Amino acid sequence: MTRVATVALNTFREAVRDRVLYNLVFFALVMMAAAILVGQISIGIEQIVIVSLGLSAISIIGLLISVFIGVGLVSKEIDKRTLYALLAKPLRRWEFILGKFAGLALTLAVNTAAMAAGLFLALFYVKHSIGRADTAVLVAVYFILLKLALVVALAMLFSCFTTPLLAILFTAGLYIAGLFVHEMRGLQAGMIDPVLGRLLRWISYVLPNFENFDVMGAAAHGRLIPGMLIAQNTIYATLYCAIVLVVAMAIFSQRNLK
Amino acid sequence: MSSKGYIALILFVILGFAGVWRLQERIDVQQRAVETEDDQVMLRSSKLVKGLSLEYAPLVADIYWTRVVQYFGNKHAGQQLDLRLLWPLLDVTSVLDPYLMPVYHFGSMFLSDAAPRGAGRPDLAVELLERGLRANPDEWRLYYDLGFVYYFDMKDYPKASAAFYEGSKNPKAYFWMKTMAARIAAEGGSTETSSFLWQDVYNTTSDPSVKENALTHLQLLRAQEDCKQIDAAAAEYQKQFGRRLATMSDLVLSGLLLGEPVDPLGYPYVLSEAGKAEINSESPLRKKWIKAPASK
Amino acid sequence: MAEPAIDIENLTKDYPYGFLQLKKRRSLESLTMQVQEGEVFGFLGPNGAGKSTTIKLLMRLIFPTAGSARILGKPISDIAMHRDIGYLPEQPYFYDYLTAAELLDYFARFHDFDAAERRERVERMLKRVGLESAGRLQLRKYSKGMLQRVGLAQAILHDPAVVVLDEPMSGLDPVGRREVRDIILELKKHGKTVLFSTHILSDAEMLCDRVGVIVGGKLQGVGAPSELVGLKAQGMEILFELPESAASATGGGELLAQATRTGDRYRLQVEESGLYAAMERLHAAGAKILSVTQVKPSLEEYFMHLVEADRAQAAAVEVRAK
Repeated sequence: MTRVATVALNTFREAVRDRVLYNLVFFALVMMAAAILVGQISIGIEQIVIVSLGLSAISIIGLLISVFIGVGLVSKEIDKRTLYALLAKPLRRWEFILGKFAGLALTLAVNTAAMAAGLFLALFYVKHSIGRADTAVLVAVYFILLKLALVVALAMLFSCFTTPLLAILFTAGLYIAGLFVHEMRGLQAGMIDPVLGRLLRWISYVLPNFENFDVMGAAAHGRLIPGMLIAQNTIYATLYCAIVLVVAMAIFSQRNLK
Repeated sequence: MSSKGYIALILFVILGFAGVWRLQERIDVQQRAVETEDDQVMLRSSKLVKGLSLEYAPLVADIYWTRVVQYFGNKHAGQQLDLRLLWPLLDVTSVLDPYLMPVYHFGSMFLSDAAPRGAGRPDLAVELLERGLRANPDEWRLYYDLGFVYYFDMKDYPKASAAFYEGSKNPKAYFWMKTMAARIAAEGGSTETSSFLWQDVYNTTSDPSVKENALTHLQLLRAQEDCKQIDAAAAEYQKQFGRRLATMSDLVLSGLLLGEPVDPLGYPYVLSEAGKAEINSESPLRKKWIKAPASK
Repeated sequence: MAEPAIDIENLTKDYPYGFLQLKKRRSLESLTMQVQEGEVFGFLGPNGAGKSTTIKLLMRLIFPTAGSARILGKPISDIAMHRDIGYLPEQPYFYDYLTAAELLDYFARFHDFDAAERRERVERMLKRVGLESAGRLQLRKYSKGMLQRVGLAQAILHDPAVVVLDEPMSGLDPVGRREVRDIILELKKHGKTVLFSTHILSDAEMLCDRVGVIVGGKLQGVGAPSELVGLKAQGMEILFELPESAASATGGGELLAQATRTGDRYRLQVEESGLYAAMERLHAAGAKILSVTQVKPSLEEYFMHLVEADRAQAAAVEVRAK
């Protein structure tokens, strides 16, 4: 496990030195502008706007990092051949994959936490108080983090066996598909062909359901999120990540490097 | 990897997904409890959505339109009366893609139809159609839809006539629209006009639910006419025999009616307490007999 | 005989290519080779012969189509065995956002050293490869030669028993090459086994106890450099000078025709038996004899001979295929 941690910490260091965390500056500017504008114009919906905007920004920025850097985790090392000397060390290939994943997950956690702090600051600025209802926002941020971890796992899986561009497209595609699971179920109910209908149903359950993690509405309106959902989403993300990562590790262990 | 390894991997993946499936079902239950109507619309401000869509506005419009259809479909199926979100959805969609015709056509229908079939907001239907006409001045069908709304839902005959007239100016329009304009201007509302319009809808539409709706309207109009005729016969009966009509069969026996009067679905008409003809309560048509909203 | 440090048996590697990856190109054919403990073994061959392929197979960067290998008695799939081997990849590239010290420290963490020992080793390695001063500089600022030195440092940092170097001298200036040669010799002095691949024959001749020559994916010969090329001398070479004026008016015309000329200097190869006769004729013609040396076949000629043979065979195969 220490080997995994070594790789993870180095991955984190790489992200920092690659100035990934500078996105926080951009985020901070956006939140500040929003907080100030909202303070000027609206009546009674400051909470909704700030929370929606903040969570959307955290999600989008997080997704960009997850997809682009997630794909690069493996493909960059192979292309640049930095991997070669590393694999000659007593490091198993699966430990490498797990370490890379953990490193980016750690980076995202730090990044997201910082953005959450910024969001709460902006919220405090417009509302002049933080109440118990605002814990919903924290939960929403946590869910975003779970979602990002899953996206990273998928990005790594694809980058283990396709080109970087294809990996990005597949990951993004799966993410978007996972947002429309609800629609898929609705469509399936009205389908003429029962076989196709059942197939669609199966697909809708197997696809990573990213809608699970979307509680922006609840958070924006300050409604509390049930603890059961928190537990379930955590297990879902963990289980799905485990499946994806195990497959990625298996594929990577067999791969001939060029 | 050894074959044992492959088997273990596949087993793990299958079991994993089985777990995911079970879990997802539980999560769906939880999510339904958390979410509300408001959350489903995505964003409401049409300007904001348009801005966010960049050059993909028409694509986002399509997504919104799919939501409208699903939403209306779901609500329809669930017999829920609350259609508050319909207008915001249509509003955003028409701003995102002003050239999306079904939005105006079906949208105005959903909006103007009285509850429980629709939202019962013909005023919003008019606004939607006028917006459509501003963006698509060559679309005579929108005038047709507009005329429809004014005539049936708002009973505003001058405006209905004007709409049909404007539409008729387009050489591609239905040839009868000009005549229709004139008739409505002259007579206001009449069963013949209404029947004609609904018949036209029935003949030209390919959407089965719209066809069914048109058929229902035609049947109701028929029933309306029938009841009027029965009432006229009843008045005649009163004049002839000096007393009020007691049962429907009396009319037949007296020779004023040729046979037992039945509605378009085959159910015999009955007399109300006040002695007026009515649709039989057993008839499915009875349930669709909606008192028209008071005209604006 | 003691167990070889590196024992390769029938190692074969096919690469799929073509549209649906259905065709196969055999880049290594049934390689069987041993490297004994404590020896410096040179792996020679032209570009694309399969040297890098073999080394990558040994390091488990790629997987064999057939055959097996053992290092220090353990199969190459044993990851624990990697504690005792060091590897320098061809044209190495390392994380350019790290400094040399950080990179060495990172790699060192995969071995079981405590923090103090790790620090000490990193310092010692940097000094050994001459990168003390540049230790705190980010690798993206390093020249090729400096990167090669870092590569060497990370390969020997953990004091491995077997060191595998893939083209360690490539891209280095003479000073750099000299330093690498010195390190290899030092490793040998400490009883380490060194396997390195190169296509620079003079380095191999100088450093190696034994060489293996691989051409076209097949091992063509293994042995000490001198063994391979044979000890038989091929004749004598006379270096002489003959001014232009005298050149035309001689009886040694045919001799001159055979010689290679640079300005006024000529090199002439003759059989050992005919040496003195040739010298007399040249002397009579007024040539000034500068030197007489024995012509020994070089590794280069042996090498070229093998390459030609391989090419001829490949051409024949192509002709038959058509």
